[in-house]
Amino acid sequence: MNFDSIKLQYEIPANNFTAAGEIVSSMKKVLSHLVINPAVIKRVAIAAYEGEMNAVIHAGGGSVEVTIDPDKITVKIADQGAGIPDLELAMQEGYSTAPEDIKQLGFGAGMGLPNMKENADVLDIDTRVGQGTTVVITVYIR
Amino acid sequence: MYFHSVTLDEEKCRGCTNCIKRCPTEAIRVRKGRARIIDERCIDCGECIRVCPQHAKKAITDPFDAIYTFRYRVAIPAPSFYGQFKPSVSRNRLLNALKRLGFDEVFEVARAAEIVSAATRKLLARPDVKKPLISSACPAVVRLIQVRFPSLIDNLLKLQSPMELAAEIAKSRKAAAGNLSPGEVGVFFITPCAAKVTSIKAPYEKQQSYVDGAISMREIYPRVLETLEKGCEDEDLEQAGYEGIRWADSGGEGLAIGTDRFLAVDGIHNVIAILEEIENERLEDVDFVEALACTGGCLGGPLTVENKYVARTRLKKHIEEAKQKGIPPDRQEKTEEELVWSGNIEYRPVMKLDEDLREAIKKLEALEQINRELPGLDCGACGAPSCRALAEDIVRGMANETDCIFKLRERVRNLAMQMAELEAKMPPVLDRNSNGSSKENVEVEGDEG
Ligand SMILES: Nc1ncnc2c1ncn2[C@@H]1O[C@H](COP(=O)(O)OP(=O)(O)O)[C@@H](O)[C@H]1O
Ligand code: SF4
Ligand SMILES: [Mg+2]
Repeated sequence: MNFDSIKLQYEIPANNFTAAGEIVSSMKKVLSHLVINPAVIKRVAIAAYEGEMNAVIHAGGGSVEVTIDPDKITVKIADQGAGIPDLELAMQEGYSTAPEDIKQLGFGAGMGLPNMKENADVLDIDTRVGQGTTVVITVYIR
Repeated sequence: MYFHSVTLDEEKCRGCTNCIKRCPTEAIRVRKGRARIIDERCIDCGECIRVCPQHAKKAITDPFDAIYTFRYRVAIPAPSFYGQFKPSVSRNRLLNALKRLGFDEVFEVARAAEIVSAATRKLLARPDVKKPLISSACPAVVRLIQVRFPSLIDNLLKLQSPMELAAEIAKSRKAAAGNLSPGEVGVFFITPCAAKVTSIKAPYEKQQSYVDGAISMREIYPRVLETLEKGCEDEDLEQAGYEGIRWADSGGEGLAIGTDRFLAVDGIHNVIAILEEIENERLEDVDFVEALACTGGCLGGPLTVENKYVARTRLKKHIEEAKQKGIPPDRQEKTEEELVWSGNIEYRPVMKLDEDLREAIKKLEALEQINRELPGLDCGACGAPSCRALAEDIVRGMANETDCIFKLRERVRNLAMQMAELEAKMPPVLDRNSNGSSKENVEVEGDEG
């Protein structure tokens, strides 16, 4: 086993609007054992939350894998949803295909992906229509 | 190292697991049949004082007689004080009774609260202020932020608390009047909680508190009752308006801000949930957060006497009376600059496994590994609040895997199985019952013969 890095895994259930928050809290709890600048943890938490929420809302759930290395934290969120047909459009602030009932719950403001972009040092999105989406958020510790 | 008002009464503690489960910072372990508080982590919220069925958790306060070490003595009662007494007793009579116990002066913290509210309103109107602004009135919440929500330190309202301001005003007034040196004036806070005591003895925002001591509301209560019975001549001691009095209840500080965009949360576990929301930037529609460690706000403080719901009703009466009286005109206001903390607070990473990141990652991996092997029942029988916390303690070298009763049983079972196996391996000559052969054979032979 490689003791220089550590992996954490979580499942994101479909249609569960509190799951993303719970996963983020337990991630933060784990990260509190390491002396990492709070601002870095906050950025990871915000970006991860948005990504997990997208998996809940747009893709019927998925999974999260967090890797902590001495120089960076990587959050990989993978789903087997419908994929994003036009990624450039999806990245625009305010763009959302969230259904009306979800918007009524206060989600679907179209700020998720832009927020992830803002908080991640590197945001890598691999999406295939009909197959799913994998988002990799990287935040450097230093 | 750290001063804490919350302490353990070793005699009374029976080593049950009630407190370890409720502690919001996982600061308590049971070892050798007694609870142990991890100093570094304790935020003095008093949750353990409330839940301990043996009353083994206590708050250290100053004895009443400590007031006599000063020539001039000022009592500053917390607003929650008013909620502790029968509704027939007016606030002015309460203040007079308090004064008669041995004080030269009484100054209401509620009055100072109004000054803090006015300054907060001004601060909130400034464009450069970080929102939501989080109240710093409850010291347990400030310390919680310091150890668990470091990214919210910037959101804290860095203004003196009403208690500090009340003490400062009382002292500076006396000094201005001359004939007494500052050291001769003793200001005593009548406290509803341990958190305030700690904030006096070990202030986080500056070197030294203006308050000289803290007397428990519980201790002073019977004395005030006694004095009230004797009846006392009334001088007008009421200075605070209803806004300041209302600070005793959850929502009081927020209402005084005069905006709809405030949120009031009480009870330490609810506070944690809200701080999580703020940290994840999911509370955009709120400008001000009033967060109080005790359910019911300071009226629910661990050192109060009256049931918090009853106290709330009583406080309402005082609020109404103060409204009717009208807020007195001679408001001594302070600018927000005058009230700003002289120091700041820093993140205290009390959960860290190691200073060095690489080392910490190794230990974290070990922690996760151990945690995966534990049963995940969070039963508390090992003395740690959860399986995860036990895994953490094991990594820190403070506990063993066999502290888990399930792990212990597993080990015992394995040992037993090994013993059984060994037993089966006994040489046949020593075991008269083994494969039931020799004796039977002899008998059979005998029958035949
Ligand atoms: N994991 C995903 N699977 C499918 N579509 C997605 C996924 N994530 C984002 N999208 C699409 O991108 C759009 C914009 O996403 P986002 O910026 O997070 O806004 P919102 O979630 O509020 O709609 C979504 O409305 C959706 O159409
Ligand atoms: S809510 Fe009030 S009584 Fe309770 S700990 Fe905070 S300051 Fe003390
Ligand atoms: Mg989204």
